[in-house]
Amino acid sequence: MTKTINLTLKVWRQKGPEHKGHLETYRADHISTDMSFLEMIDIVNDNLTLDGDDPIAFDHDCREGICGMCGTVVNGRAHGPEKETTLCQLHMRHFSDGDTIVIEPWRSRAFKIIKDLVVDRSALDKIIAAGGYISVNTGGAPDGNSILIPQDIAELAMDAAACIGCGACVASCPNASAMLFIGAKISQLALLPQGKPEAAGRALSMVREMDRLGFGNCTNEKECEAECPKEISITNIARMNREYFKAGYFFSKK
Amino acid sequence: MHLDSKIPGGPLPDKWDRHRFELKLVNPANKKKFEIIVVGTGLAGGSASASLAELGYNVKTFCIQDSPRRAHSIAAQGGINAAKNYTNEGDSIQRLFYDTIKGGDFRAREANVYRLAQISNHIIDQCVAQGVPFARDYGGLLANRSFGGAQVSRTFYARGQTGQQLLLGAYSALMRQVAAGMVKMFPRREMLDLVIINGKARGIVVRNLITGEIETHKGDAVVLSTGGYGNVFFLSTNAMGTNVSAAFRAYKKGALFANPCYTQIHPTCIPVHGKHQSKLTLMSESLRNDGRVWVPKNPGDKRLPHQIPESERDYYLENKYPSFGNLVPRDVASRNAKEQCDNGKGVGKTGLAVYLDFEDAIKRDGKDLIAKKYGNLFHMYDKITADNPYETPMMIYPAVHYTMGGLWVDYNLMSTIDGLFVMGEANFSDHGANRLGASALMQGLADGYFVIPYTIGGYLAGTTLEGVNESHSAFTESTQHVREGIEKLISINGKRTVDDFHKQLGLIMWDHCGMARNDQGLEKARRLIQELREEFWENVRVPGSNVEFNQSLERAGRVADFLEFSELMVMDALVRRESCGGHFNEAFQTSENEAKRDDENFSHVSAWDYKGKDADPVMRKEQLVFEHVELSQRSYK
Repeated sequence: MTKTINLTLKVWRQKGPEHKGHLETYRADHISTDMSFLEMIDIVNDNLTLDGDDPIAFDHDCREGICGMCGTVVNGRAHGPEKETTLCQLHMRHFSDGDTIVIEPWRSRAFKIIKDLVVDRSALDKIIAAGGYISVNTGGAPDGNSILIPQDIAELAMDAAACIGCGACVASCPNASAMLFIGAKISQLALLPQGKPEAAGRALSMVREMDRLGFGNCTNEKECEAECPKEISITNIARMNREYFKAGYFFSKK
Repeated sequence: MHLDSKIPGGPLPDKWDRHRFELKLVNPANKKKFEIIVVGTGLAGGSASASLAELGYNVKTFCIQDSPRRAHSIAAQGGINAAKNYTNEGDSIQRLFYDTIKGGDFRAREANVYRLAQISNHIIDQCVAQGVPFARDYGGLLANRSFGGAQVSRTFYARGQTGQQLLLGAYSALMRQVAAGMVKMFPRREMLDLVIINGKARGIVVRNLITGEIETHKGDAVVLSTGGYGNVFFLSTNAMGTNVSAAFRAYKKGALFANPCYTQIHPTCIPVHGKHQSKLTLMSESLRNDGRVWVPKNPGDKRLPHQIPESERDYYLENKYPSFGNLVPRDVASRNAKEQCDNGKGVGKTGLAVYLDFEDAIKRDGKDLIAKKYGNLFHMYDKITADNPYETPMMIYPAVHYTMGGLWVDYNLMSTIDGLFVMGEANFSDHGANRLGASALMQGLADGYFVIPYTIGGYLAGTTLEGVNESHSAFTESTQHVREGIEKLISINGKRTVDDFHKQLGLIMWDHCGMARNDQGLEKARRLIQELREEFWENVRVPGSNVEFNQSLERAGRVADFLEFSELMVMDALVRRESCGGHFNEAFQTSENEAKRDDENFSHVSAWDYKGKDADPVMRKEQLVFEHVELSQRSYK
C-alpha cells in the first residue's frame, strides 16, 4: 500500500576536496513509500533549489542497479539496509515514519571527495588498466564455439563478472580494501580458458596497482560480501590470492 | 543538398567486401600521426576507441560519467543477435537481414542492414575471445534464445545482463589501450560544441564537469557515439544522464538529423507509480518467451488476477497474432497494450497496465528453470513493486526505450559534415522505423569494432588535412559561444527547477508524440513546446555557479536542447503522412489497426537541415531503394 512518511536527513555536505565537510540536517516530508531513495533526494534537492540553497550533489545514472554510478553510506551501511540492493533500487517502504537517516559518501583514502556525496573512483579504472583484460585485438578471433566452456565454469565466471564497480566493497571494508572488486575480475578471467594465458601476470600487476593506489588489505571481515549489491562472493578473493601466490612462485616474469 | 549514401555497387552480399577493398588504407607508420576524438563510451564508442587505438591511431575518448564503464549500454538486458545458426533452425545472414529490414517496417537501408547481418557473427567471436561470459549449454557450447520479431533462436546472452557484459568487454579493451598510452581518457567531460575548420570536423569543446572549466580538443576526425534521445520524454528506460546535446549541437553545426520521429516504445516495462517517479524500468523482452500477456475480457473488471477464470481472460496477442503470439515486435506489442487499456481493460491501480503471466510456464517447466532464466528480472520486479512474480502476474506497460532516428550518416558512418562520424544509437542507419530486440547491441558493436576502423582510415587516407591547433579562431569562437550559453542559464534565476520543465516537456511528448499520434495533437504539441521553451529561458532556476561541480547546470543545458529538439521530432512526425513502425499516425492505419505505410510517397529518410535560430529547418530526402526485399504489409499473424 502506498503511504507517505516524514523523515529527518543528516547529509554530508562538503564543497570540494580541499574544504571541510559537515553533516547538515534536512526535513523530507510527505515521502511516498513507493519512491526510490534517490527520488527522495530529488525532492529534497528541488526544495533546496527553490529556497535558493545549493542542492546535494550525488552520483547516479541508470537508476536500475546496473551502472554502478550511485552509492552512499546510509545509516552506516553502503547502499543502505537492504541486501543485494543498490541505492537507486532501495525503496522508501523500507523506512518508517519519523526515521532519521544519515547519508555519507564512500570513505577511503583512494576515493577523494569531489563534492558532497560524490567521490572520485578513478582508482578502480586504474586497477583494470593494470591488467583486467584479455589481450586480444579486434579481428582474428576464432569461432565462438571453438572454445568449449563447461556450463558451471561459465556460471561461476558470470557470478564474478556481475560486479558493477560501484565501490561499496571498499566503502564497507574497515581496511578500505578493494580486493573483492579485483578478486572478481581476476576470477572471471582466470576461470575462463581465454583468460588463462595471462592469469599470472594479471594477478601480479593488478595487486601491485591496488597497493600503489592506497587500498588496504583483506583481513576476512566479509563486510564487502555482505554489502555487495551483486552478492559477489569472497571466494573470489580466495581465488585471487591463489592466483597471486601461484604467480609469485611459478611465473617466470616478476 | 544531395544526400549521397555512398552505397557501393555490386551484388548485396559483396558490397562490404568490395568497399573494404576500395577504401584507401593509411600506412601503418602514418597512423600514429592522426588524432581521433571519440565522444561516448558505450558499446559503439568503447569498441571504436579500443579498435582504433589497436590500429595505431592516437585516440582521445570522452564520457560524461565518472568512468567509461558506466555508459547506458550497460543496462541492456536481453541479448545480442547473430546469424550463427548454431541452433540449426535455418538461420542465415540473409534471414537476419530480412527480419531486420521487415522489423524496421521497410524504412532502413538494405546495404547497411546486410552488412550488419554479415558482421554479426564476428562480434560474437570477438566478445568470446575477450572473456565475455555468455550463457553456455551443458556441453559447453554457446546457448541461444529467441527474441521478439524472430522465429529462430539467434540471441546470445549473459543472464539478463548482456549489455553489461558486452560493455565491460569493450571497456576492458579500452582500458588496455589506455594503459598502452594509445587512448587518453577524459571522463566527466561533456561535449558542448563541435568545431569545424575549412568544412571539416576538427575538434570539440567540452565542459569539465568537476571544475566547470571549458576545454578545447583538436583532432583529425570526430566520432560521436553519444546514444539516443529517449529522455526527451523525461520518463523513459534511459539513464538519467542520457541526452541529445552532443548530436543536437552537431546538427546545429550542419550535420543533418534523420527521422527524429522514430521512437521505440518498449512493451514490457514496470508501470508508472507516481508523479515523483524519475525513470521507468524495463523488464527484458525475453520474458515474452515464457510469459503470457493478457487482460480481463470485460472492461472495468477489477478482480484480482487469480480470481479471473481462464474463460474471462483475453490473451490478446496470442489470439490476434497466432504465428508470433507473444513474440510480436515491440511496436506491435506496445500499441496493442495501449489499445487494451484505452478500451478500459487495463489493470492495476491506474488502469494503465496489462498482465504478463508466468503461471503456465512455471507449471510446465518448474519454478527452478524459470528462476534460472529470469531470476534476476523477477527479483528486480519484486524489489521495485513489492509483488512476487512467481505468485502473481507481473504488470507491465509500454515505456520509451530507444530512438531509431539520429544523425544522418552514409555507408561509411560519416555525417553530412566531413570528418564527423556517428555510430550506435546516435546515428539513424540500421533499424528503420522500429528496432528488433537484441539488435542494438549488435549495431553498436558492429559500428565500433568492425566498420569505423576501416571507414575512418578511408577518410583520413583520402583527405588533405592541414595542421590546426586549439588557438585557431574557430575554437575561440566556439568556446565563447558555449560560455555565453552557460552564463545565460545561470543568470536567469527564475522560479522553476530544471526537472520541472523537463517533466512538463515529457508529458507533452508522451501525450502527443508517443505511441499514437494525430495531426491535431502534434500541432498542439508544437505550440506547447514553443511556449514552454520561452518560459524556460525566463523562469528556470539553475543554482550555483559555472566554475564548480554543478549537476543542475548540466541538466539545464540538456533540457534546453531537448526543448528545441522536441519540436523537430514533432515536425518530422507531421510531415510523414503514413504510419510505420514506431511512428503511428492514427489517420493512417489498416482496418485491423496496424500501421499503414505509403511506400510510393514515403519510402525515404527524412533528414533535417538546420537553418538558424529564427527559421524552420529544411527537410531533405534520401530515397530508399529496395532491390532485394519485396515491400509488404508487415504481418505477424
